[in-house]
Amino acid sequence: MVATLNRWLPLLAALALAALPAVLSPYLQDLVLRVMVLAVFALSLELLVGTTGLVSLGHAAFYGIGAYATVKLSPEFEAGNLLLLLPAAMAAAGVYAAAVGALSLRTKGVYFIMVTLAFAQMAYFVVHDTKAGGGTDGIYLNLRPVLALGGQTLINLDDKRSMYGLALGALVATYALLALLRRSRFGHALAGIRVNEQRMRAAGFSTTLYKWAAFVLAGMLAGLAGFLVAAKDGFVNPEMLSWHESGAVLLVIILGGLGHLRGAVIGAIGFVLLKEALSTPALVGHVLAERWQLTLGLAVMACVALMPKGLIGLARRKESGS
Amino acid sequence: MDLATFAVQCLNAVQYGLLLFLVASGLTLIFGIMGVINLAHGSFYMLGAYLAFGLAPLFGQNFVLMLVCGTLLAALFGYLLEWAFFSYLYQRDHLQQVLMTWALILVFEELRSMLVGNDVHGVKAPDWLAGTVALGELMTYPVYRLFASLACLAIGAALWFTVNRTRLGMMIRAGASNRDMVRGLGIPITWLYRVVFAGGVALAALAGMIAAPMSSVYPGMGGHVLIVSFVVVVIGGIGSIPGALVAALLVGLVDTFGKVFFAELSGIGVYLLMAVILVWRPEGLMRKGW
Amino acid sequence: MPFPFSKLALATAAAALSLGAAAQTPPPLKVGFMLPYTGTFAALGDAIEKGFKLHVDEQGGKLGGRAIQFFKVDDESEPSKATDNVNKLIKRDQVDVIVGTVHSGVALAMARAAKESNTLLIVPNAGADAITGPLCAPNIFRSSFSNWQPGYATGVIAAQKGHKRAMTITWNYAAGTETVKGFTEAFEKGGGKVIKDLSLPFPNVEFQALLTEIAAQKPDVVFAFFAGGGAVKFVKDYDAAGLRKSVPLVASGFLTEGTVPAIGAAGQGLVTAMHYADSMETPRNTAFRNKYAVTYKSNPDVYAVQGYDAAQLLAAGLAAVKGDFAKRSELQAAMNKATIDSPRGKFTLSPQRNPTQDFYVREVKGDYNVMSGVAVKALADPGRGCRI
Repeated sequence: MVATLNRWLPLLAALALAALPAVLSPYLQDLVLRVMVLAVFALSLELLVGTTGLVSLGHAAFYGIGAYATVKLSPEFEAGNLLLLLPAAMAAAGVYAAAVGALSLRTKGVYFIMVTLAFAQMAYFVVHDTKAGGGTDGIYLNLRPVLALGGQTLINLDDKRSMYGLALGALVATYALLALLRRSRFGHALAGIRVNEQRMRAAGFSTTLYKWAAFVLAGMLAGLAGFLVAAKDGFVNPEMLSWHESGAVLLVIILGGLGHLRGAVIGAIGFVLLKEALSTPALVGHVLAERWQLTLGLAVMACVALMPKGLIGLARRKESGS
Repeated sequence: MDLATFAVQCLNAVQYGLLLFLVASGLTLIFGIMGVINLAHGSFYMLGAYLAFGLAPLFGQNFVLMLVCGTLLAALFGYLLEWAFFSYLYQRDHLQQVLMTWALILVFEELRSMLVGNDVHGVKAPDWLAGTVALGELMTYPVYRLFASLACLAIGAALWFTVNRTRLGMMIRAGASNRDMVRGLGIPITWLYRVVFAGGVALAALAGMIAAPMSSVYPGMGGHVLIVSFVVVVIGGIGSIPGALVAALLVGLVDTFGKVFFAELSGIGVYLLMAVILVWRPEGLMRKGW
Repeated sequence: MPFPFSKLALATAAAALSLGAAAQTPPPLKVGFMLPYTGTFAALGDAIEKGFKLHVDEQGGKLGGRAIQFFKVDDESEPSKATDNVNKLIKRDQVDVIVGTVHSGVALAMARAAKESNTLLIVPNAGADAITGPLCAPNIFRSSFSNWQPGYATGVIAAQKGHKRAMTITWNYAAGTETVKGFTEAFEKGGGKVIKDLSLPFPNVEFQALLTEIAAQKPDVVFAFFAGGGAVKFVKDYDAAGLRKSVPLVASGFLTEGTVPAIGAAGQGLVTAMHYADSMETPRNTAFRNKYAVTYKSNPDVYAVQGYDAAQLLAAGLAAVKGDFAKRSELQAAMNKATIDSPRGKFTLSPQRNPTQDFYVREVKGDYNVMSGVAVKALADPGRGCRI
């Protein structure tokens, strides 16, 4: 019974998310939207870190490139076409991921972490320091993308509900794609590489090619998250590509628990809600809310100390106990 | 660029490189031996700078004594920190430690804000180091910068000696290459780790104290140093002190000349250097160069 | 015993009266601060909030007769979180007015959110030219400056001193390049020539290479834009490199705002241009400084003044509509027409809603920026690209 429920949990969660806008205040809807976009981003990294065992500290580059591509390719005085912009954002991120992957997969472990960081920092400085990149102040997306067919606007992301729906769709699609992928031959190969790359190579797998494919796919999904955030905020800024952002999303999946898709989603929920709660005066009082760095830091330290497997480990332990 | 200017620029590069080396040496030690990716290293650097700010008035002209006392304090602090927050994490996935060090950054920043406030402060160099030497037509070079460079070199040499020529160093080297072997030899590895961590914190704080009079002391000052020190550590080969020295000098050169020749894109230079070196030598310049 | 009785009756009557009044009083106006409370700019955010609250306190907890309720959000000086953070004020706390912020990138994101939700926004620092340029809107005001302004004023000073060849140095970011643009415009109009712009990546503080470059080129004057910890290090390095004796340094006032004690001897005599100086001996400024010092046990700086004036600006609008915030267009029109009696001197707003204000020549003496003259009177930002 519990096992069945557990299997259907993602679907139930998706349905619940679809129903939420009906009951939540605009602010809480925004909060859920933010969690969903972060969850897509976290899932894309989970494919690399949790599934394939490649720890990247440059993942925000692809996220940022997706967002920048969205803004740069949007026409200035009319709304861009969703069907064009979304694939373009993913493709732009994918192209950079293909190049970075080809070069960085020569290295391993910590060196891989640092090479990905290096390429991300280069992308960061290109948008941060050059006129073509828009500079430090970032760029506005004047009009949010729309999906129009035969002169009729079907989806307009200026509309909050549409934006929410698109983000939910993206999250479900990403989750489903990755879940299927993990069960496929490709996914098994990636898992094999994570556990023992040597053996996979001996078994005749071209491991570098597999890792490269995972890297590119992860980059494209990060680009999708980037598209969503650009459409949501209507504004992009170089800090989206900074190593702080790469580090933050890595922390999200560690906090959630590595090796599970659910971990990435739970991490996104936990991270956003924890910080939100700890910095909300109405919940913790003015004095503590102003010291949110301290309380958040301590909370995370407690999580690390008490939950060796991340937030998801907590859920699993309860489950096995029941 | 004429020859004299070029020479001065080289001097600038070396001086910056040496300071980077000092910051990075503590990081490479902790990283190489314990495998901990210590994001809080920049915070220890900041701690050092604030220590200098707090201690300088007490010690007056005894600047060197202040450095020694500050370093000891920082080492003690590092020792306790390892005991409290890291000692039980080694059996776990390394990424858990990353999360822990990140949380430490937040806590340190807030504590700094609560204890010292958010203003920018300056630290005065002692009078006996306050002079300048003439350099070319217009420029002078502060004596303190020369002192800082020499201090970095001396500390680097002492560190190299400790690691390569002492019994403690032997244990550390053994610990870096094979943890189980060290345990087999009956050396308490937990104690060894604690010492290494304390040493790393002390080195970062020392770098912060030495940098304080040349720089200023301000919130968030650790963040920028952190990422550059990681670059140095990785280019040099993790755990290698000579590697860190070479890498720090390279980074100093690239940073200095990048600013002069490619102003708009000079931020990229250091990372381009790292990418090129790692693609060429995937384990850094001197991985096995103990 | 009639006396106590009548007292009681009086008290009851008073209570009844105040109750009646309470029924008519509108709920307090919600003002949300979105400022940096952590990170490099935390001290600035703190000063802005204190300045704002000082004026509210002076008015008995009210502005334009309307009680004020405060909310605050830490913007972390992080543009990528700016939209989410500002929505906490707009959607969660449902504030009427937003005051913020320091960081230009964050302010631009806020401007967008304010435009979309038609929330009144008063920017108490961020100087990005675009806020009162291409992105200007009827509901977006600034109580501080545009980056172009202090740069331009410094350029006037440098040209008046007869310098011909200048070099500029700043971080490679928008605030820096915009300020340098202002400097270059005024300096070249005054007959000088900027021979080279130097820059380094933000927030890198290794200036030595660029100082050597300055020594090699030997310009007549150097213009610098830095702030905070980087400013302290720059001034010290410039002095230690021996350049101050041979190549005078002029700067936008931010170089020496809140940093003079930390800079120490290296900064003495440094000339900067700014819309405020600590030592302005006008009765208005003296009163303000005394009040601030008594209230907060610390000295105000330009950021506190900008926060204070943000409150004055809002008060001017509220007074014009007698506290009825629903009359938004009238309120905004009144704010735009107001003459603000600021500690920095009286100023008005340009059509683009940026202060048109005097810029002063200041010189560092001891621990203060001492005013030594006026660089430009009533300097208005050109507001290029604004269509209101």
